[in-house]
Amino acid sequence: MSALDSLTLTAIPADDEALRRPVREFLREHVAQLPAHLRARSWGGYDSNFSREAGKRGFLGLTLPKDYGGGGRNAFARYVVVEEFLSFGAPVGSHWIAERQSAPLILKYGTEEQKRRYIPPVCRGESYFCIGMSEPNAGSDLAGVRTRATRNDQGWLLNGQKIWTTNAHHCHHMIALVRTSGTSEDRHKGLTQVIVDLALPGVTVRPITDLSGDSHFCEVFFDNVQLAPDAVLGREGDGWEQVMSELAFERSGPERLFSSIVLFDEWLAFVRTPEGRTPESLQLAGRLLSQLAPLRAMSIALNGKLARGESPAVEAALVKDLGTGVEQAIPTLIADDLYRRPSQQVPIELLLTLNYVTQVAPSFSLRGGTRDILRGMIARGLGLR
Amino acid sequence: MDDLLTDTLQQLLKGQCTLQLVRDVEAGKSPAAFWAQLEESGFADALVPEALGGAGLTLATVFPLLELCGSFAVPVPLAHTMLARALLADADVAPPAGSIALAPVAARDGAVLRCPLVAFGRVADWVLARVDGSTVLLPVSQARTTPGVFPLDATLAWDEADFAQAQRAPGSHDLETLSACCAAAQLSGALMSVFARTLQYANERQQFGRAIGKFQAIQHQISVISEHVFAARMAAQIGCHSATHMPQRLRVALAKARTSEAAVEVAALSHSIHGAIGFTAEFDLQLYTRRLHAWRQAAGSESFWHTVLGEELVDRHEGLAIDLIRMTTDIH
Repeated sequence: MSALDSLTLTAIPADDEALRRPVREFLREHVAQLPAHLRARSWGGYDSNFSREAGKRGFLGLTLPKDYGGGGRNAFARYVVVEEFLSFGAPVGSHWIAERQSAPLILKYGTEEQKRRYIPPVCRGESYFCIGMSEPNAGSDLAGVRTRATRNDQGWLLNGQKIWTTNAHHCHHMIALVRTSGTSEDRHKGLTQVIVDLALPGVTVRPITDLSGDSHFCEVFFDNVQLAPDAVLGREGDGWEQVMSELAFERSGPERLFSSIVLFDEWLAFVRTPEGRTPESLQLAGRLLSQLAPLRAMSIALNGKLARGESPAVEAALVKDLGTGVEQAIPTLIADDLYRRPSQQVPIELLLTLNYVTQVAPSFSLRGGTRDILRGMIARGLGLR
Repeated sequence: MDDLLTDTLQQLLKGQCTLQLVRDVEAGKSPAAFWAQLEESGFADALVPEALGGAGLTLATVFPLLELCGSFAVPVPLAHTMLARALLADADVAPPAGSIALAPVAARDGAVLRCPLVAFGRVADWVLARVDGSTVLLPVSQARTTPGVFPLDATLAWDEADFAQAQRAPGSHDLETLSACCAAAQLSGALMSVFARTLQYANERQQFGRAIGKFQAIQHQISVISEHVFAARMAAQIGCHSATHMPQRLRVALAKARTSEAAVEVAALSHSIHGAIGFTAEFDLQLYTRRLHAWRQAAGSESFWHTVLGEELVDRHEGLAIDLIRMTTDIH
């Protein structure tokens, strides 16, 4: 109840809003000419060249301290940049996870040595991270992880398997949640986060082809991978708590409402033509706008909380559940609008974009916590469990 | 200062605007004594400039007050009166004592002026109507009243002579936007009340040996309610965000569309969770869920405002959708 009352319409400070113009100029030059069905990949699109260029211009790591190569700014600055990236459908996949959550996590829990080693190359758009959470038998029930790091005289010996790891085949490091003591019966106890260099001997990364034909998630196998003693991130045994704080970063961004925005804009361009404009499409355009706009305001309010150093986990779950619902409604409703018309009228690029988003839409409410997990979190926040 | 105002009105309504009063006024009792207390409190002049005896507040500041009109099911048009008085003050017309309902759609029918289905038309003292391009303040005491659909609403008709003598407020006024702004803020408040009541009921009602709120199926329905309530409240705040004391049409369009959509979802889910008791006249839930439907229907349903937004986005806007989203949600 208090969680809901406390989210009020929040202004983006003018200094942070001022970033929009240079970001947009950069995106016009580097992204706007790509075809829509590729831009529709949103943060699934991958281009390390783009990431390095973005890093050079200071658009990455905005919330991280200048000492570690970041921008030393607040959550709003990053919000503005990310909102533009997503609106243009920039191929941000290379740096996305490293910049969004791995580097902030290392900043929060890492040693000084770890911060100096890992954060600056993330800010330069050169070092990419993936998240090692899910396993074949630990999906939504994450506390069931079995991958184990066992202490030995050289540090830690890692054995086990991760799955559904986004972009592992393009990443340099994984921050993995592993068991360092007890068994999966011990649930949240005995879990630790470790930073794994994916180039180490014994690591095998195998991409999984998704239903659209893309490969952005992977299986990752660890067969006696020798980790150094300083591979542990944060405190041994505190992995669960650290992962939960990481998920608050993951769930609070605008990527939870703009995954279908490229399709929406491509469709609008058609609806603005004399052949495309129908009374039904006008109404649909307004309906989607009326869904997206309050969600954006909610997302900015969340960022206000992040900027004040709060961790609005329940509110973030709420915005994500609602936002991904709208992201999924967009291709469904646009398909209904387009396929009621004579098909020769509709540009093929628009139909291809629609097809791509329709195919990947189920993932919107899987990645970062399924609908049911999120609703459970909200219910807990409301005091029902 | 803002919180103090909100607390003051909340205390006043807690004491005076009981659900028994709401029931009585719906059943036909006069709200005059209750209105006199509201008038005394000064809240109806919140948006009137200080120079004219009001509090001179902005619309964004009074959002919580407008919302309280919904969360207490206030059976008089207090929200509408606040906006109507501000409009009159702008037009150099001294606002009269008494409550004011809004009639965006009025029509001349021969020698008769008809304002159909005016929200709060049965309980208001005045109606501010938009007729043939001018804004007219009409006394309800001289109108012929026929019942509307919701018990507090009415269709009102005036003879030519009364209409000719009525006070005019010069200027071009968008009463449709004003009405929708009030309805959206009231919906936000009523949605919050329904949510709170449903949460409490789920925690208290025992079945199968435990509170029904312990069942995952119920928990998830309540989570969905909270999502709609939260989004609707944000939308209603957008509708009331204005640097002046008057709302902006596109922001109100978002507000009314989103709160109306939420009203339907939340009314259905809350009744589903309450079971048969929620369907009775005696149980208080209906006082709110009937309002959710009434206010969703008032001042344009979601589809009406979707088209307003769609025309803006398609016909008058070029480039990325995010730019119109920013224009309508950014505050400075």
